[in-house]
Amino acid sequence: MTATTARPEGQRPPPELAAIRTEDLRKTYKSKGGDVEAVRGIDLNVPQGEFFGLLGPNGAGKSTTIGMLTTLVEPTGGRAWVAGHNVVKDPVAVKRRIGVVTQNNTLDMQLTVQENLEFRSRFFGLPLGVASKRAAQLIDAFGLSDRRKAMANQLSGGQARRLMIARALVHQPDVLFLDEPTAGLDPQTRVNLWDILTVLHEQGQTVLLTTHYMEEAEALCDRIAVVDHGKVLADGTVDELKDSAGAATIVTVRFEERVPGDLAERAGLAERPDVTKVETEGDQLRVYSSAPEDLLGDLIAIGAKDGLHVRDAAQQKPSLETVFLALTGREYRE
Amino acid sequence: MAITVQPANVGTAAGSDAPVSAAIAALITDAPVPNPTLVKTFAAMMAREFRVLFRNAPSTFIRAVMQPLLFAFVFAYVMPKIGSGFSVGAEAGRAAAGQINFSTILVPGLMGSMFLMQGMFGTTMPLVMEFSWQRTIEDRALAPVPIRVLAIQKITAGAIQAFIGAAIVFPVVYWVHAPGQGPHIHVSNWFLLALVMVAASALTASLGLWFGTVVDPRKMQMVFAVVLLPLTMLGCVYYPWSALHVIRWLQIVVLINPMVYMTEGLRAALTPSLGHMPLWAILTALIGGTIVFGALAVRSFRNRVVN
Repeated sequence: MTATTARPEGQRPPPELAAIRTEDLRKTYKSKGGDVEAVRGIDLNVPQGEFFGLLGPNGAGKSTTIGMLTTLVEPTGGRAWVAGHNVVKDPVAVKRRIGVVTQNNTLDMQLTVQENLEFRSRFFGLPLGVASKRAAQLIDAFGLSDRRKAMANQLSGGQARRLMIARALVHQPDVLFLDEPTAGLDPQTRVNLWDILTVLHEQGQTVLLTTHYMEEAEALCDRIAVVDHGKVLADGTVDELKDSAGAATIVTVRFEERVPGDLAERAGLAERPDVTKVETEGDQLRVYSSAPEDLLGDLIAIGAKDGLHVRDAAQQKPSLETVFLALTGREYRE
Repeated sequence: MAITVQPANVGTAAGSDAPVSAAIAALITDAPVPNPTLVKTFAAMMAREFRVLFRNAPSTFIRAVMQPLLFAFVFAYVMPKIGSGFSVGAEAGRAAAGQINFSTILVPGLMGSMFLMQGMFGTTMPLVMEFSWQRTIEDRALAPVPIRVLAIQKITAGAIQAFIGAAIVFPVVYWVHAPGQGPHIHVSNWFLLALVMVAASALTASLGLWFGTVVDPRKMQMVFAVVLLPLTMLGCVYYPWSALHVIRWLQIVVLINPMVYMTEGLRAALTPSLGHMPLWAILTALIGGTIVFGALAVRSFRNRVVN
């Protein structure tokens, strides 16, 4: 942590301790229609103070992973520690040290905004007076002053999300978990939340965030793990991920006709020094290149020689989307 | 991609209620030190229950008072007034004959029925909401206590509601009756009364939590109809268990009904002269039932909360 905190040194975890560590973490849901392997062996190591992102499409296993780390989902394999405590063997110690913002709105609808914060503070052992002060502090900081006495079910989506983040912070958690915090919010509210999270991170708050928005992961996270089908496909900083995918621009041409399987080979595409990877799939020809200036024109010409007609073409600069495409061979769908 | 705005450009453009960075930062740098203990967390959760209960006091009170009020009005006022010769067993026969008035028989039965209604409503209904698609239960489940403590807290809160609901019967039946038709109640053993009331409250709340966690919320209405109604109608509310000896098979079948032990326990405590089931059987069923259904409820609750 970079800032001085009110918490005595002794109560904070030693800096060398990983905030989150998992070893081959797995979850299989048993059901009559067949078992569903939601998480299939995930290894994570998140140091304290890091803003870590789990990025992947819906159904990739992100929420299940966060569920296991926050003790609400029981792993069926592997091990996990949060703030140094085993999530299965000592869930109470974990719960003491984490703040969680779930994807669904879990505010206490029978309480007011202020009471939601006060009671959460009291659940964490703060005396009544301190709890009220903390609630007031959080309400002011999160811009909810004029909603103080409103019932939680009267809040707008953005206000509810802010209150949930505020509530997750009452007890100064070692790790803040955010499961799709901006899903369903309008762009302005989303950026407003990004600002809040950025400030928290600057103060040393460790954050694990799941998102299926690539630009969210790119804007906020120090490090990202790309997950799909319950596995981590790659992890690193945004730059590292882009490098790992060959820092390639991806040029995709779709033809009206099926692309012959040997077209790329006949055209000698793979021999070009700038090309790192060539894929032919159905009516698509996809080429990963570090110098794509003339590539698009060349590909169209190569197709035309074989009598293929272009239907559409796209050139994607190196981004998390091209990383995902390179890792999975599939377009990223949010 | 849905949006293209970059956070750096928009820092202060997020509206009039945009949080101030310094205030956000202070949340980390200027935070109180939490020190949760099991007792403090449990107490805070109970405080939350009472806050909600008081906020909903008018509706809670009306829900709790309507049933005994109408029962007492019809059975202790209207019926004696019109001189109806209704017959609900030997005691009721004597009641009609003026030896023992019906309100005396009704008090324990009505209280038993209130235990069931309030205890089950107090635990089952909130669960249906908490386990619905938003799963607001996760709010409480993240409090720093084992999940079973949360389950026990819910049983405790439900039991308190059941206790209050049943206690409301006393003033109602004392005030609402035809002249001379008030109940004749003699509590010779206050300890027994307290024991039966506490055990009955805990039993109904345990049953309620168990129901709320094993029954599919979408079928809750149906289950209430097929469970709550028979439990009440065949729970020795309107007649003492001993009066069932004329229908021997029914007398044996109703022994699976936890209601029977609540009403009979209350008869033992409130109207011992009218006869009741052996005390050992009553207390074994009430306390044993609380332990068994309490354990079942805690287990199924945990299974519902933790996937």
